[in-house]
Amino acid sequence: MKLEQVISALQNYKKEIKIMEVCGTHTSAIVKGGIRDLISPSIRLVSGPGCPVCVTPKMYIDRLVDYAFAENTTVLSFGDMFKVPGTKYSLSEAKAEGASAEVVYSPLQSIELAKLHPEKQFIVTAVGFETTAPIYALLIEELIKENINNVKILTSLKTIIPALRFLCEHEVVDGFLSPGHVSVIIGSDAYNELCENYKKPFVIAGFDTEKILLAIYDIIYQIEKKDVRVENMYESVVSKKGQKAALSILDKYFESCDAYWRGVGEIKDSGLILKEEFSRFDAGSRSVLPDKADKHCRCGEVILGRIYPNECAMFGKACTPLHPEGACMVSSEGACGIWYANGGAN
Amino acid sequence: MKINLSHGNGGMETAKLIDEIFMPYFKNEYSKGMEDAVTLKTSGEIVFTTDSFVVNPIFFPGGDIGSLAVCGTVNDISTAGAVPKFLSIGFIIEEGFQTDNLHKIAKSVRDVADEAGVKIVTGDTKVIEGNGGIYINTAGIGEMKSSSVHISDAKDGDLLIVSGDLGDHHACILSSRMGIQNNIKSDVAPLNGLVQALISENINIRGMRDITRGGLATVLCEISKSCGFRIEINEESLPVSKEVSGLSGILGLDPLYMGNEGKMLFIIPNEEAENAINILKSKKYGENATVIGQISSGNGVVLRTKLGGKRILQPLMGEGLPRIC
Repeated sequence: MKLEQVISALQNYKKEIKIMEVCGTHTSAIVKGGIRDLISPSIRLVSGPGCPVCVTPKMYIDRLVDYAFAENTTVLSFGDMFKVPGTKYSLSEAKAEGASAEVVYSPLQSIELAKLHPEKQFIVTAVGFETTAPIYALLIEELIKENINNVKILTSLKTIIPALRFLCEHEVVDGFLSPGHVSVIIGSDAYNELCENYKKPFVIAGFDTEKILLAIYDIIYQIEKKDVRVENMYESVVSKKGQKAALSILDKYFESCDAYWRGVGEIKDSGLILKEEFSRFDAGSRSVLPDKADKHCRCGEVILGRIYPNECAMFGKACTPLHPEGACMVSSEGACGIWYANGGAN
Repeated sequence: MKINLSHGNGGMETAKLIDEIFMPYFKNEYSKGMEDAVTLKTSGEIVFTTDSFVVNPIFFPGGDIGSLAVCGTVNDISTAGAVPKFLSIGFIIEEGFQTDNLHKIAKSVRDVADEAGVKIVTGDTKVIEGNGGIYINTAGIGEMKSSSVHISDAKDGDLLIVSGDLGDHHACILSSRMGIQNNIKSDVAPLNGLVQALISENINIRGMRDITRGGLATVLCEISKSCGFRIEINEESLPVSKEVSGLSGILGLDPLYMGNEGKMLFIIPNEEAENAINILKSKKYGENATVIGQISSGNGVVLRTKLGGKRILQPLMGEGLPRIC
């Protein structure tokens, strides 16, 4: 089938349908490709909980800020985390107040810093899904190998399958555009159980406009034919079983735990935490408390696919990338930030 | 040898530094007297601008902080339609800086100034505590030989032309910082030759902007706001090299928001655009010049995607890449 035919079929589709793109990179590709403009308005493409920064709880940020203000302690983090609002401060605001926090390109940079400043304690923020989690496992492996004792990680690591199960059980979503990068690690077979149990299509796709359009078409086709399955349309990089090396190093250092998702709540077995035997490298991740409910911020509803970002009253008004209220407005992978940066506020 | 605080004392050591490192490169009829201020002659209206340079790393494929400092100011002057004539240069050097590197930077300042036909007429050196870094400020004067160019003169139907590939400087600096091996070079270059070529061929330039920090998208948003028109560009016509496109794909960057240091955006009346492209293509630094879109009534900046979708472009938000220039 030619692409023009796919676009024409999607343009003329009349039934109301809700498809969730789970990861932020897809949200970004959909907006940048102008895909909503190319398909029928009855096909509702909603964002999912796949932006790691968006689902990281406020209380986690507060703990980082506490560390950044502590004597002789420096917090090291990817740039994305710096602007995420905590209860009082973001890391960036804390830094302006004199706290010690630095942006790193890789968590492994902490090793050199720790060697240079043995008198200091370094706290590395460990936030992300299966895609980024292996690098923290690698960090722990290096810390052990080099006998470095002044680096700890504060984890808020998440796994995607339990979150998708939660969505299948609690929300109305007709089909899933499965995350491309996470699928590289976990493999396409990881979705089989969800597909069988909840009778929904899971299609893994790359990030080109063409690939996403084909994936949307495939999801609708499956639903129409009442023949749902897991479809891997990203075979160049996603295998059935995933990345063995990454999965095994994760397994070596981490175990699953119940995790709190900002704006959503606790999801059973949806987190990764350092195993007890490596707890000397853990900066207290197990004791980070869940957030209190936020009355105004609707980020939770955005990442559960209930509303579009611009359906939140604060979007583009009280909440902008310059003054974010919710985490979804902060990150380049966050649905609100992506919508805003691409004119969604107009 | 390394620079130390005494090189900035204003006495013997400073004089020696200027004599041995700067004067061999910067000596000319204006600077030879070493006066505190220089007297300059110009004909009629002048334009005046200044810019500071804090790039990290100071040497990168395709250029260094010296060439950047000259090109940045030369290009700013050029955007007004003026001919760059005179430059001042101020160095703030951290102790510990290698004098060999200072030689390299001074040479590169001289070489690019010669290419651009501008004279370095006055300068200053300060040494501060620190860790071997260097920062440069340049200010420049240009002569208005023709009528000045203002973005607000843009009209409905005008076409937008970029002088070449987008994002090269940004991609080069990022690669250097991240230790990524590739063939991407900074595009740092003086663009007064391109601008003067269009003016001397009587092309009616309605507006010009050099595409630096914030990238093309940010520049277009500023233009749309100041001229009160809508700008529509076509994704397919945006020139991006394969290497930059590959790197930005991997790192999740968007060439529309990546800075250049040797690219100009021109707004040209529709009927003169073909001629303008031919002139630009025949000149150094303009070989890949191309039409990317047009001005129309309305507001905002819209990108038409390859498949016909619509994407509204906003100015860059957030930090971007710090210390790119």
